[in-house]
Amino acid sequence: MNAAASGRYDPWADALSAATLLAIDPDGLKGAVLRTLPGPARDAWLAALKAMLPPEAPMRRVPAHIDDERLLGGLDLAATLAAGRPVASRGLLSESDGGVVVLAMAERCTSATGARIAMALDAGVDRFMLIALEEGVEPDERAPDVLTERLAFALDFSLVRPHSTEIPTSAQITAAREDLARMKPADERTIESICSAAGAFGVVSARAALFTLRAARAAAALAGRAAVEDEDLALAARLVLAPRAHFAPPEQAPEPPPPEDGADDEAAPSEQTEANATADRVIDAVQSALPAEFLAQFLEARAERRVEARSRGAGAAAKSARRGRPLGARAGTLRSGERLDLVATLRAAAPWQPLRRREAAPSAALVLVRRGDFRIRRFVQRLESTIIVVVDASGSAALQRLAEAKGAVETLLADAYVTRARVALIAFRDSSAEMLLPPTRSLSRAKRALAELPGGGTTPLANAIDAASVLAQSERAKGRTPLIVFLTDGRGNVGRDGATGRVQAEADALVSARGIRAANLSAVFIDTSARTRPGAAALAAEMGAAYAPLPFVEAGAVASVVRAHAPARR
Amino acid sequence: MRVVFPFSAIVGQDDMKRALLIAAVDPGIGGVMVFGDRGTGKSTAVRALAALLPQMRATKGCAYHCDPEADAGACTEECPSRIAKGAAKTELLPTPVVDLPLGATEDRVVGALDLEQALTRGEKRFEPGLLAKAHRGFLYIDEVNLLEDHLVDLLLDVAASGENVVEREGLSVRHPARFVLIGSGNPEEGELRPQLLDRFGLSVDVKTPTVLADRVAVVRQRDAFDRDPKSFVAAWTKKDAAVRERIVKARASRGDVALPDEIVERASALCMKIGSDGLRGELTLIRAARACAALEGAEAVTTAHLRAVAIPSLQHRLRRNPLDDVGSAPRIERALAEMFDA
Repeated sequence: MNAAASGRYDPWADALSAATLLAIDPDGLKGAVLRTLPGPARDAWLAALKAMLPPEAPMRRVPAHIDDERLLGGLDLAATLAAGRPVASRGLLSESDGGVVVLAMAERCTSATGARIAMALDAGVDRFMLIALEEGVEPDERAPDVLTERLAFALDFSLVRPHSTEIPTSAQITAAREDLARMKPADERTIESICSAAGAFGVVSARAALFTLRAARAAAALAGRAAVEDEDLALAARLVLAPRAHFAPPEQAPEPPPPEDGADDEAAPSEQTEANATADRVIDAVQSALPAEFLAQFLEARAERRVEARSRGAGAAAKSARRGRPLGARAGTLRSGERLDLVATLRAAAPWQPLRRREAAPSAALVLVRRGDFRIRRFVQRLESTIIVVVDASGSAALQRLAEAKGAVETLLADAYVTRARVALIAFRDSSAEMLLPPTRSLSRAKRALAELPGGGTTPLANAIDAASVLAQSERAKGRTPLIVFLTDGRGNVGRDGATGRVQAEADALVSARGIRAANLSAVFIDTSARTRPGAAALAAEMGAAYAPLPFVEAGAVASVVRAHAPARR
Repeated sequence: MRVVFPFSAIVGQDDMKRALLIAAVDPGIGGVMVFGDRGTGKSTAVRALAALLPQMRATKGCAYHCDPEADAGACTEECPSRIAKGAAKTELLPTPVVDLPLGATEDRVVGALDLEQALTRGEKRFEPGLLAKAHRGFLYIDEVNLLEDHLVDLLLDVAASGENVVEREGLSVRHPARFVLIGSGNPEEGELRPQLLDRFGLSVDVKTPTVLADRVAVVRQRDAFDRDPKSFVAAWTKKDAAVRERIVKARASRGDVALPDEIVERASALCMKIGSDGLRGELTLIRAARACAALEGAEAVTTAHLRAVAIPSLQHRLRRNPLDDVGSAPRIERALAEMFDA
C-alpha cells in the first residue's frame, strides 16, 4: 500500500491497492481496465480481487461478442418454443448483481455493446463491478472509451512483476466498508486539492475527480482514518489521475499561475493557499512515487489512445458500413454465400403455426417452417474512401505549397460528409515523411493538426512514396478505398537510406513508385514545378498515377483535381 | 424508482439548461443538440429535467400512454373508442426519457411483430418500439454523429411528423410519437450532416467548467448526491419545485406572450445579416424567444429574450466557409452587438 513511503514505486503493490479499493467501494469506483495479455499477473490480480469480495459475490465472464439478449435479458427463444409459452431470460448483467463482470477481450467489444454496458453502469439498477480485460497488442486495440471513461482505474500489467504481497482479508474489507459508510463528507480543502491536482495533469473530466475522491476515501477507511489525508490522496491520484494524464504537471513554478485561481485568491486567501499546498503535495507525491518513465509511458499511451479514440468513433461507423446498412430480409431460397435471417424466418412462420399444425401430419417439430418462410439477409454497402495527400514540404516553395495543401485538405473535408471521404496528410522534408493528419473526417481536428506546418530542407521522395503506400494499404485493409495525391515537383534528393544524392534518390523514388503500381493503388500526381520536366511525368507513369501539372498550386484547383479522380461512390 | 440528480443542483451549464427548459415549455421547437465532451453532465441534465416535469395524464393500459385529450382519435389502440364510451380510465405517469443505444436496430426503434405472441399464440401483434415509449417525453441519443444514417433519417422524420408509421412484416400500424429529440455528440468524432443539424431546433455547446471553484462545486454536489441520494434530493426539492412551477406557468402563458412587430423585424434583420439559410432559423428564433419570455414571466417578448436565444437557435444553421476559422457563435455575437448595442 505504501509505495510512496517505501520510496520505491511498486506497480504490483499499486495494482493490488486498486483491487482493494474496488472491493471496499465497488459502487463508487465501478471497476478497472486491465491492459495485459493473459498471464500469471492478471490471474493473480483477479484471484486477489475475488478473495477480498464476499464469498457469495458472483464473478461472471462476458465474451466481447455477447449479444444484447444475453447481456440484458429478453425472450428465451429456445425455452419459449419448448414450453409453448413465453419464457423470459435474465441478462448476464443482472445475474451479476452485487458481483463482478469480467469483460474478456474488451478491445474487440463494439462501441454498441460498450454503450449498453455503460448505460447499465450508469443506471445502477444491477450493481456490478466491471473488469475490462484489454488484450490488445497494437496501441490502437483498446476497449471502447465509453467504458474506460466510466471505470476508476486503468492498470497496465506490462510494467508489473507480481510478487507475494499481503492483501487485506475479507473481514478487514467488510470493516472498511462500514467505516466508509460512517465517514464524514470530504471537506472543501480536499475536494479543491483534488480538482487542482487533476488540472495539473490536464484531466478535465469531472468523473476523474470524483473517482479520485472516492478512492482516497476508501483508502482512508482501510487505514482506519476518520478523514482523508495526504497519503490517501497521493495513492488515489497515482491510481486514477496518472493513467488519465494528458501532460506532466509543470515544474514547480514560483507563483502557481492557473488563471482560475484569480477570483478566489481575494475571496479566501488562506484557505486557497492551503488547498494549493495540498494539491502540490499530492502532485509531488505522485511524481516522486512514479518514476518519470512510468508517467511518460502513461502519457504516450494516452496520446495514442486519443488519436485512436477519435478515429475509432468514425471507425465504428466504417465497420458497420462495411457490413452494410441492413436492408431487412427478403423471402428467398438459401444459396451458398447468403445468410439466413433466423429471427425473420421464425417471424414469418409464426403466425401460421396453428393452421399448419391442423393441416399437417402430426409432427414432433415445434415450429413448422416451410420453404416460403425463409428470409435472407440483405445489406447495402456504402464504399468509403480515404484521400491521402502527400505534400512536398522541402525547398523554397515549401511554405506556399504547404498552405495550399492545407487549404485543399480542408476543402476536401468540408464536403467529407457528402463524399464519405476521410482525408490524411503526409508531409515530407529533410530525411523523413511524417503523417501530420491521420485519416479523419473531422474538420475541427484537421484544423488543429495543421495549424503549424514546418517547411524547407531536402526532399526524401522515396520515403514519402513508401509511407503513403503503407498507409493506403492499411486503409484498404479496413475496407476503404484509398486515393493517394502527391503534391511535389518529383525531384527527390535524399535516398531511402537517408543519404543525400540526386542520382540514388531518383532511382529509389522510381522503385518506390513501382511499389504503388504493384499494390494496385490509385494515385494522382500533381506536378508543382514551375516548368514541367519529363522526370515527373515518368515517375507518375511508373506508379500508374494520373499526371496533372499544376504550376501555380492553389487549394481550389487541387481539390477539384482530386474530386475528378476520387473513387466513384455507390 | 431510481433517484435522479436534481435539475437545480446542476452547477453551471446555463446555456444547456436554458435550451432544455425552452424545449420543455415548447416541444414544437424541435429538439436540442448538445455538443461537448463526455462527462459534462449532458445526460444528467436531460434525466433531471424529465424527473422534474409534472406528471402527465395518460389513458390507462395504453401502450403509447396516449393523452386522453390531445390523442383522441390518433391513438391506434382501442383508446379512442373507449374514451368515447367513457370507459377509459386514466393514470398519472412520469415523463418518459428513452435512451437510444447506438447499436439499436430498426426493429427496436420503430417496433416490430411481437415474436412472443406470434410464436406462442399464433397471433399477429405489434410490439411497440422505443419511439412509442418516448411518446410525450424525451428521446435521448448519445453521440448522434455515430448513429447509422438510416436510423437518423427515420428519427427525424418521425420527430417532424409526430407519428410513427410502420409497414413491415405484414403489419400496418401507425401511432402518435411526439417527443423532444435530444442529441449529444462530440464534433471531433465526425461532423454532422447539415440537413440533420438544421432539423434540431436548438444547438448548444457544453464545456467542462474551467473555473476551479465551479469544478469543486461539481464534485462536491455529485459526491453528496452519491453518498445519500435521498436526503440530497430532499434538500433540493423546493428549488426543483420552483423550476417546475415556472415550466407549468410558461406552458400555459406561452400563447399569451405578446410578440411586437418590432421584435419580428429585428429577428428577420438578424437572420439576414448573418446569412442563415432558410426560414427555419427565423421561426425557431421567434418561438424560442417567446418560450424564454414565458419562462421569465414576461408579458411581451423583448430584445433581451431575442439575444438570449439567438446563438442556440442560429449557430448550427449558418453556412460555414470551411477555411474560416471563426466559429458561428462569435459571428452571431458580433452581429448582435452591432445591431443592438449601437
